[in-house]
Amino acid sequence: MTTTQPAQPRQPDAGPPKLEALGITKLFPGVVANKEIDLALHEGEILALLGENGAGKSTLMNIIYGLYQPTEGQIRVDGSPVEMHSPRDAIDLGIGMVHQHFQLVPVMSVVDNIMLGSESVDRGLLDRQSVSAQIQELSERYNMAVDPNSIIEDLPVGIQQRVEILKALYRNAEILILDEPTSVLTPQEIEGLFEVMELLRSQGKSIIFITHKLKEVLRIADRITVLRRGEMVGEADPATTSQENLAALMVGRKVTLEVEKEPASAGDVLLQLRDIEAHTDLGEPALRGVSLDVRAGEIVGIAGVQGNGQTELVEVVTGLRPATSGSVLISGVDLTNASPRRITEEGAICHVPEDRHMYGMVDAYSVADNLVLSSYYKRPFSSGLTMNEQAIAQHAEELVAQFDVRTPSVRTSGASLSGGNQQKMVVAREFGRPIRLLVAAQPTRGIDVGSIEFIHSQIVAKRDEGIAVLLVSYELDEIMALSDRIAVMFHGRISAVLPRSQATRERIGLLMAGVSVDDEPQN
Amino acid sequence: MATATSTAGLTRTLRALLIPSLALLAALLAGAVVMILSGDDPMAAYSGLFKGAFGDGKGWARTIRKTIPFVLTGLSVALAFKVSLFNIGASGQFVMGSVFAVAVGINFEGLPFYIHLPLALLAGIAGGLLWGAIPGILKVYTGAHEVIVTIMLNYVASLFGGWTVYAGGTQGQTPGPLWDRTAGAISETPDVLHSAQIPWLFGPPYRVHYGVFLALAAAILVWWLIFKTPLGFEMRTVGHNMRAARYAGIRVNFTIILTMALAGGLAGLAGAIETLGLNHKFAPEFGGAVGFDGITVALLGQTHPIGVLLAAFMFGALDGGAATMQFESGVPADIIQIIQALVLAFVAAPLIIRMIFRLRQQEDQDAGSAVSTSWGGT
Repeated sequence: MTTTQPAQPRQPDAGPPKLEALGITKLFPGVVANKEIDLALHEGEILALLGENGAGKSTLMNIIYGLYQPTEGQIRVDGSPVEMHSPRDAIDLGIGMVHQHFQLVPVMSVVDNIMLGSESVDRGLLDRQSVSAQIQELSERYNMAVDPNSIIEDLPVGIQQRVEILKALYRNAEILILDEPTSVLTPQEIEGLFEVMELLRSQGKSIIFITHKLKEVLRIADRITVLRRGEMVGEADPATTSQENLAALMVGRKVTLEVEKEPASAGDVLLQLRDIEAHTDLGEPALRGVSLDVRAGEIVGIAGVQGNGQTELVEVVTGLRPATSGSVLISGVDLTNASPRRITEEGAICHVPEDRHMYGMVDAYSVADNLVLSSYYKRPFSSGLTMNEQAIAQHAEELVAQFDVRTPSVRTSGASLSGGNQQKMVVAREFGRPIRLLVAAQPTRGIDVGSIEFIHSQIVAKRDEGIAVLLVSYELDEIMALSDRIAVMFHGRISAVLPRSQATRERIGLLMAGVSVDDEPQN
Repeated sequence: MATATSTAGLTRTLRALLIPSLALLAALLAGAVVMILSGDDPMAAYSGLFKGAFGDGKGWARTIRKTIPFVLTGLSVALAFKVSLFNIGASGQFVMGSVFAVAVGINFEGLPFYIHLPLALLAGIAGGLLWGAIPGILKVYTGAHEVIVTIMLNYVASLFGGWTVYAGGTQGQTPGPLWDRTAGAISETPDVLHSAQIPWLFGPPYRVHYGVFLALAAAILVWWLIFKTPLGFEMRTVGHNMRAARYAGIRVNFTIILTMALAGGLAGLAGAIETLGLNHKFAPEFGGAVGFDGITVALLGQTHPIGVLLAAFMFGALDGGAATMQFESGVPADIIQIIQALVLAFVAAPLIIRMIFRLRQQEDQDAGSAVSTSWGGT
C-alpha cells in the first residue's frame, strides 16, 4: 500500500503531509455534514480538530477511517490518493482510531482485545504469548503500563483508553485519530494521556486530536483547525491564539467563558447530610461518613477525581441508593432512604443526573414526553385516569422557548437532538418546576461551549433566587467557576470544605489527590 | 434530518406496516417455493386458502372464530414487550385461564347468566393473572429471567390442566377434581353450564360468539392503557429505560409485576373465552398452542395493539382457510404452520426483509429490536 509517488508539498521543507484531505464534501439526505474541507496532518504533529457537537468532526474522521465514503473530494496518505472502503483499509494504511466509546469487549483480557481481528496464530492455536510480549514492549516504549492479562471491565477508564491506543499501535498505526479522548478522563488521567501523546509525537507518530475543550487544545496541539456547521472556519496557532478567540470561532459569536455572578447571600441550611455511609453496586464502601451542609442561595461544589463517592452521594441524596447509616435532612425533614418520588415532592428537589442517557431522559420519547418525565402524574398533565396530551405539548412549547432547546418540534424524539440540546432539555425539565434544592451532577458533561455558558448562567440564576445548589463536577474549572464553597471528596469522605476565596487550584488539587493540607480536618 | 410535519403520524403508521406486510408476503412466497419443490401447485393452494378464509359466510366465521384467541394472546405478549418483558408464558396462562373458567362454569347451577358468565370470565382472567404474576415476582425479587420462568410454568400449567381432568387409572387412582364422571376413560370436564356459556352471535353452523367483542374491547383497552394513561407512561418508561424510570420516581418493581400479571390476565381471558364460548369444556388437547402463536402475532403486529388486531386477523385467516386449502388443492394444511413460522423468522430478522426488498435502514424501533433489547438486559 505504500507508493512513493511525489505530491506537491504543502510546506516547503516538510515533505508531503502524512495525511491529507482535499475538498471533502459529505452529504446525507437533507444535511451537508462536511463541505469542502481541506486538512493536512504532518509527520510528528498533533493537529487539534475543534468544533461543537454536530459540527462535522466525527463525519470527517469516519471518512478518514474508511467508515464513510466522501461524496466529493480525496484522501491522500503520504502524498498518494487512497480509496478506503472499510476501517480494514484504513488500518492497512496505518491509520488507527480511538473512538469516544471504546470498542473493547469488557469480559475479555487486554491481550485478547488487542489481538482481536488480527489474531496471532501458532499451529492453529492463538499465540497469546508473543502478542503479550509485543504489548509489553509497546507499553514500555510509550510509557503506558498495562497488564496484558487483566480483564477490560476491571480496568479504570483511563487504562481502557490506553488499551485502545495500544491496539492501534499493535496494528502499526502511524496516524492516530483520538475522538474526544479526554471526555471520560479525570484531570490526572488527562495529563497522563497528554504525556503519552507527546511521547508518540516525539517518535514520529501523527495525531489528530478531536475535542471541544479549549484549554486542552492550547496545552497539547501543534496546530488547530476549527469546524463549524460542516465547514472549516479557521486555523489557529496555539502559541498566538486564546481561548476566547477559539470559542468565538467555534460558536460563531463572542462567548463569555467566565461565569458572572455576585457574591452569594446564603440563608438557612437546606440540605443537611450527617455521617452518611453507603455502598457501591458491588457492595464495597463508597461513602465513609459524609457530613455536609448546603444553605439556601449558595452553590456548594464537590470537587474530586471521579470514583471517590460523588456518584453515590448524589444517589443517596436523591433516593436512588440506600444509605447504610447517617441521615439526610432536606428543609429539616428527615428524608433518609425515602423513595425518589417522596424526596422530589417533599424535599422540593430537582436532579440533573450525571449521565443523561442512562438516567436523565428516555431516548425514544418525544421532547414533550421527556419534559414531563418527573411530573407526568400531576395535574394538568394527568387528570386521574388519562394523560392530557395538549397540556403536555403546551408545557413543552413553553420550556423549549424559555430554555432555548433547539428542536424542530416538541414531538421530535429526544434521541435526535444534539448532546447540548438534550442537556438543555433535562435542565429545562428540572429547573422548570418549583424547587428549593438543586442537585446537579456533571451538568455540562460532553456538551458544547454555547450550551455550557447557558446552563452555567441558569445555575447561577437559581442560586440568586435563593435555591440551594449542590454541584458535582469532575472538571475543576467548572467547580472553581461556579461554587461559593468547595468540598473536596476523596475516598468516600469530604476531606475539606473551603470558601471559594481560599480555594486555590493547587490546594484543591492536592486535596483531590488525597494529600492532607495543613490544618484540614481528617475524619 | 428531522422532518416534522403534519403527515409524520401517517408516514410512521405506513412505515410500521411496511415490514410486517413484506414479511407476510415473503413467507407466502417461501411457502410457494416449498409447495413447488414438493410438486404442488401454489396458485391452487392459495386460492383454496383464500376461499376457505373469506369465500362464504362460513369461511368468514371460521376466520373470525380463529382470530379471537390470537388477538388476546398477541395482546398479552405485546403488553409485556412494551415493558421490555418477554412473556413466553401465554400458553400456560391460557391453560390456567381455561381451567379456572371451566371450574366456575361447571359449578354454581342456578345462577343467572349475567352473574355466572362474568364470574367465569373473571375466574379465567384471575387464573392467567396469577400465572403471569409469578414470573414477575420472581424476576423482581430473585432476578430470575422471565423467559425461563414462563417457559417452565407452561409445563406446570399444562400438567396441572391435565391433572384436573385426569380420568383415573385402571388401578383405581384418584381422578382429577374437574373430571366428568360420565365420560368414562376420556379425560375432560363436563360441559359448561348454559348460564356460563358465551352466547352465539351467529349460531351453528357459523358458531361465532360474542367473545369477538370482548377481544376487540381488550385491544382498545390495552391501547388506551399503554398510550393514554399515566400507568401506561410508567410502563413504557420502564420498558425504554429502567434507570430513567427509577430516576423519575416510578416504582419499577411494582410496574414489572403488574405488567406480567396483566399480560397473564389477557392470555387467561383468551383461555376463558375459548372455553366458555367455543369448546364449552376443558380437555388437555385444548392446550395453549395459541399462546405460542401469540408471540408471532405480537411481533407481526409490531407490539402495537392495533397492529396485533391486524396480525391476529391474518393468522386467523391462515388457520381458517387451511382446511379448505387442503381439501381443494391437496396441499397439506401443515404448510400453513410453516408459513406462520416463516413470518416470525422474517419479522424477527427485519434485516433479511430489508435485503430482499432493498429497503433503506430506518431509525424507528421495530419488533426485531424489541427481541434483541429484551435479551440485552440493558
